[in-house]
Order: sequence, then structure tokens, then C-alpha cells
Amino acid sequence: MITVIDYGMGNLRSVVKAVEKYTGRVRISNDPASIKDSKALILPGDGAFGMAMKHLDELKWTGPLKEFIHGGGFFLGICLGFQLLFSSSEEFGFSRGLDIIQGKVKRFSLAGYKVPHMGWNNVAIRDKSKFLEGIPGDPYFYFIHSYYPEIEDRTWMLGEVDYGVRFPCIVGKGNLIAAQFHPEKSHNWGLKIIENFTGLVCS
Amino acid sequence: MLAKRIIPCLDVKDGRVVKGVNFINLIDAGDPVENGRFYDSEGADELVFLDITASSDRRNILLHMVKDVAETVHIPFTVGGGIRTIDDVRTILENGADKISMNTAAVQNPGIIHESARRFGSQCILVAIDAKKDGDNGWKVYLHGGRTRTEIDAVEWAKRAEALGAGEILLTSMDRDGTRSGYDLELTKAISGTVGIPVIASGGVGTIEHMYEGLTMGMADAVLAASIFHFREISIREVKESLNKKGVPVRLKW
Repeated sequence: MITVIDYGMGNLRSVVKAVEKYTGRVRISNDPASIKDSKALILPGDGAFGMAMKHLDELKWTGPLKEFIHGGGFFLGICLGFQLLFSSSEEFGFSRGLDIIQGKVKRFSLAGYKVPHMGWNNVAIRDKSKFLEGIPGDPYFYFIHSYYPEIEDRTWMLGEVDYGVRFPCIVGKGNLIAAQFHPEKSHNWGLKIIENFTGLVCS
Repeated sequence: MLAKRIIPCLDVKDGRVVKGVNFINLIDAGDPVENGRFYDSEGADELVFLDITASSDRRNILLHMVKDVAETVHIPFTVGGGIRTIDDVRTILENGADKISMNTAAVQNPGIIHESARRFGSQCILVAIDAKKDGDNGWKVYLHGGRTRTEIDAVEWAKRAEALGAGEILLTSMDRDGTRSGYDLELTKAISGTVGIPVIASGGVGTIEHMYEGLTMGMADAVLAASIFHFREISIREVKESLNKKGVPVRLKW
């Protein structure tokens, strides 16, 4: 079973619909007990980093989620669910993250670059990953975000994008993959990531 | 590099596309899903559905359409037209729209921009501005689909909408809409150069050159077009290939 975590941070429907194209074994849950029979977790989300961590804490997801990831479970993070993997965010001062990947999430502040970073941008794939099989070297994906990560441990970096500043937008290791963009809204190449993910989970 | 976006706009009435792709190889030319799928496969970067339903059960019909589109179309889509309350915003987003667009309601009750951005995030809140030139006094905001004039300055309103939490501006020139004489570049530049959020230019496009002008001289981040796509005068791929040759970054492979 693939569980999409519902922690009150935005629309889950399009993610679930995209997964359902490839498998029926997907559900939405806000209960960390659902980990027991989950082979994979998906953490989507839009909105504020600090609020997201607060919700994960209140729903008692934070600990079990970290354990699941450290234990090598299949994990897909999308947008805010990608940013939460980092150590912290400077949104509203300081917010602690899940701290799976060393790095800090910062707000865009470059003259001449509008915020949010919204639209299709081409990603430079930097490393091979089983989740990125069949995707060309510089695919376009759909981004919509105002914060970006500064990564310390570059061994996690699978893809990079340029919006005045270059930053990692796909990270992964083992059974984990996470993207700053929205694969479920990124047409063929985005769906390919979801297809690869569900394929590996269900195989 | 971030691509400039090409966005077809579809008018929807009673859950059916009334100004959509005008051709025969769709199974059902009035079906929002079929239209969405067509533009999606043609390389549209986003879709805008504008609801012009007047009937009393408009809400249920609309939600049904949003749900259907969300199930099949895997590019972002915006729903606008008659959105008045936070509850309207919530249900449309819950049914799968990626963004909502507000126009009249946002002017009459600017608090709704702030409140919906706070609850759902700025990324999904578009403020649509219909503007018309007012002699030498810049541009004034019009409401109710261009029927009601206000004394609000369009540039000031765009700035205020941004401050209230809008994530994007959909800017339509009432002077140019339907004329096919090109976007109002002065207006587009005045607003896009002032706000720090993306601006979609709309109203008046008749040629690819107009789109080029809107994205360069007009400094727009995206261009919206209806009739030139619906009547298949120009395909999205043609637009993108032409813009690409002129050095405008666009998403060409999909």
C-alpha cells in the first residue's frame, strides 16, 4: 500500500490521481499507524514550512516518518514535502525540518526574479537514479515555490535548476526521492517519475 | 531557464466548453476533459477555465467539471468566474483545480485575497484585473466582465493585490479584448514592471508576433489566448517554435 500523508497542507487529490494511473493500491491517511501496512509514503504539500512541521508534530508523524525513511522505506516528497527533508528553513526566522538532508531552506531574493518561481523550468539531471529512468537529460518540470534549499551534503543531489541561483530540485538516495517541482502537474516526464516510483514499490 | 508560458483560455457554460477547440476530431467538442487533453498534448503550459454559467446549480456543475478535468489533465489548471467566497475557493481547490482566479469579488472584498492566500497559499490565488485606458490618467479597473467602471487605478490595484497575497495577476486589456490588434503593451509593462509576482497578459492577441511583443516589450511572464487557438489558426507548437527562434525561452519538448 502507498500512503499519501494528509497533514492539512494543501491539495492531495492530483497526487492521488496521478498514482492511481499506475496502481490502485494508494490511500490517503492522517494516521501514523498507517505506516504499519505501508510499503511507501508520499509527502506532498504546499504552504508554510513551520506550519507543516507543526502539523506533522501534532499528528505524531514526525518520529515515525523519520524512522520509516531511515529504515529504507520507499518515500516520495513533493514541493513542501521535499523542503521538509532539510535541516531547517529561515521562513519566519527559523523552523526546524525533518533533518534527513543537511541544508537550509531560504527565500528567493534576487533582483529581476519574480517570486514565486512559477512555471516550467528545465532541470539538469546530475546523477542516475532508478526513479529517473527513461527521463531525458534536461526535462522541463512545473515549479511553484518561493523558497529553495541550500544543500550541504551534495551526495543527495540528483537534479539541479537555475532561477538566478542554482539549487537542487531533485534529491534522492536508496528508496527516497523528492522533488521541488510537481511531478503530478508536469505532464509526461513528471508522470514518468510517478510511474517509476509506483513500479518499484509494487514490483 | 524558466520558460515563458502559453496558456489557452476556455469559456465554460453549464459544465460545457462553449468557446473551445473548434474542430471535428474531438469525440465531444464541448467536453472540458477532451479540450484539456487536446491542449495538454499540444504543449499548453497551463489551462484556464472561465465559468460563465448563470444557472442556480452552477456550483455543482462546475465542481463536477473541475473533478473530471483534474482526473485527466496533468498540467496546472485555473478556474475562474463567479468565485465569491472562501467556501467557493475551498471547494474548487478540493475538487482538484490548481489555482483559482478572482476578479469582481476581490475588488469588492479585498480581504478575500488575504484570507484565501493565508489558508491555501499564494501559489493558488490569481487576481484577474480587467483594465481600460482612462485618457492620460493610466488605466481604470472594470468589474462584471467589463460592464462596470471603477475609479480604481489598475497599477495601484495590482500592487495592493500582491501585498494582500495574490500569487499571480491575470491582466486583460478591455480596450484590446476581441480586437486582435495585440496586447496593450504599455499596460502590461506598467504592471509587470511594478509587481514582483508573475503577470499573464490577455486581451487582443491575433498573431504570434503579438505574443512575442507581450513577452518581451510587455514584460509578461505568460500569455493567454482564446480564439486564435480555438479556431486552430495557430497551434501551440507553432507559437513555441517561433518564439524559440526569436530567443524566448519556451518549453518545447513534452
